[in-house]
Amino acid sequence: MVRFAAHRLGILVLSLVGASVLVFGALTLLPGSPAQVILGTQATPQSVHHLTVQLGLDKPLWQQYFDWLHGMVTGALGTSYVSQLPIGTQIWQALQVTGPLVLLGLVIGLVIAIPLGLFGALLQGRATGAVLGAIGQVGLAVPTFVGGTLLIIVFAVEFHVLPASGFPEWSHPGSALKSLLLPAISLGVVEGGIISRYLRTSVLDLLQSDYLRTARMKGLSMGQALRRHGLRNAMLPLVTVGGLELAGLIVGAIVVENVFTLPGIGTLLLTSVNNRDLLVAQDIVMFVSGTVLVLNLLVDLSYRLLDPRLAGRS
Amino acid sequence: MAALSVRDLSVRAQGLELVRDVSFEVHSGERVALIGESGSGKSLTAMAIVGLLGRGLSASGEARLGDEDLLGVSERRRCQLRGDRIALIFQDPMTALDPTMRIGRQVGEALRQHRGLSRRQAAEAAVKLLARVEIPDPARYAHSYPHQLSGGLRQRVMMAIAISCDPDVILADEPTTALDVTVQRRVLELLDRLVREEGSALLLITHDLAVVSEMCDRVVTMYGGRVVESGSVESMLTAPQHPYTDALLAASSAVSIDGASGEPLPAIAGSVPAAGQFPPGCPYRDRCPRASQQCTTMPPLEAVGDRTVACWHPVGREEPAAGITTEGTLK
Ligand code: SF4
Repeated sequence: MVRFAAHRLGILVLSLVGASVLVFGALTLLPGSPAQVILGTQATPQSVHHLTVQLGLDKPLWQQYFDWLHGMVTGALGTSYVSQLPIGTQIWQALQVTGPLVLLGLVIGLVIAIPLGLFGALLQGRATGAVLGAIGQVGLAVPTFVGGTLLIIVFAVEFHVLPASGFPEWSHPGSALKSLLLPAISLGVVEGGIISRYLRTSVLDLLQSDYLRTARMKGLSMGQALRRHGLRNAMLPLVTVGGLELAGLIVGAIVVENVFTLPGIGTLLLTSVNNRDLLVAQDIVMFVSGTVLVLNLLVDLSYRLLDPRLAGRS
Repeated sequence: MAALSVRDLSVRAQGLELVRDVSFEVHSGERVALIGESGSGKSLTAMAIVGLLGRGLSASGEARLGDEDLLGVSERRRCQLRGDRIALIFQDPMTALDPTMRIGRQVGEALRQHRGLSRRQAAEAAVKLLARVEIPDPARYAHSYPHQLSGGLRQRVMMAIAISCDPDVILADEPTTALDVTVQRRVLELLDRLVREEGSALLLITHDLAVVSEMCDRVVTMYGGRVVESGSVESMLTAPQHPYTDALLAASSAVSIDGASGEPLPAIAGSVPAAGQFPPGCPYRDRCPRASQQCTTMPPLEAVGDRTVACWHPVGREEPAAGITTEGTLK
């Protein structure tokens, strides 16, 4: 297990380096000089050149890359060229919106998925089971931005119960939560649909498994057999899916934030790309990819811990 | 008194009768073999007795364990009896154990359930049970996971689970079919010894007639979901009366091996029809060389001495009546 963890950690570091090269490369090659964009079309070539030097964009690419990397590792993210605000603070503020949004989305997704998947499987072959399966499919089929827009129309425009956009400070927790609710629902419905399908399949497999029958043969009731032998076995596929879906939620949040104009990571990313605010964009993309990679690592490790068949190998 | 007494047991699925009016008894210390090709309803009968039929299947009739009808008692009571007074050994040991739980805990689980043993006591009892089923280094294997054991060892583990609460009745559903040929014999010898030591009644589902003649006292032949013949091992295996038992015997004594593939050749003409596809009347009618017009009505199960046979024209009892076509193609 320790060897496996060390091995996977090595892979994580390599992936992070790979990701950083890609991120840096892609955003540096974006057309348009940042200095030009910042100063506007009226600027003289001298002032553009001056700013380029000031921003360090005249240095060779490899040096720019290592400067950036050094900043990321030491935590000195620097200052945005556009807003003149410290990048660390900007990202931290955006995270206070995106983080709770993703978590709330996950909770809503699970609240939808667990009953849909579980009862969908347990009631399979009956009408209720089929209806539950169909609901999961609908959740899956509707894209987040369509579902989100529909939610705005119904709850914000028609009934005025929830805000359609914007975000107050967390100093008003009630209204802050309220404004996260609609976006979180539109995120959670999709994830709930996906997770419920996996859950349903894994519960169906479980119900047909021989070891569950053996447990029943020992005299365990269905409930006992499911609790003692079912949970752990059904968890295995769910951990994988859950981890991947959490990554999906983070990416989905970027879209949803734009539909609901929430000042989160996604909105920050979009504005910084539009403003050629390269440093901010690079840092955000790096941060998101890093989070996804770390999540994958955690999934792999917990899978190992749960499944003894994998424990011995590396 | 019979340890297990099955009467008029039927299993239905969506209007199809997969097992029909099956009756037999197994006395304490007695070993009864249930034989027949796959698809004749043997496993379904066993699953119906313990009340573990799959989804969509329902059983009717009686299966008395001592003086309690397993089919009539509440599910709660059935759970108390299962694993304690009646146990079943499944066919495939590779999938029958929980892959995420250590062997010791799985073996001790029935004891915790029925005898209220503590975790520690159950762990100790499990090691002793593993020793009883001749698993080498039982303390070490108690800490292993199923994937670390061979098929033969896993089936021994299943037997340890089955005998853990000293059941009155043990059902074994083709316990060695899924195993390597080289270990089949030793696993059967172990089963033989355990049943003797426990004094349990054994219902052994098998299609290996050599095993039947060595281990069992009585034989019940099933075909098409019905009991077609039953009797003592000696009389059944030396003088079968039902044409189907006769064919099974002929097939097993004349085991012809396919030179190319090394597989035994099917020696009984035709194949077992799919569920619900059996002909009306005698279910064996379309494969039977002795079939006549009379066979379009169901022959009753008649007792002659210690034998019961359901056939209009039993082998060796009387000459086939006039008018029989021997092609067996009556429809
Ligand atoms: S002789 Fe008739 S009754 Fe007897 S087994 Fe053949 S078909 Fe069935």
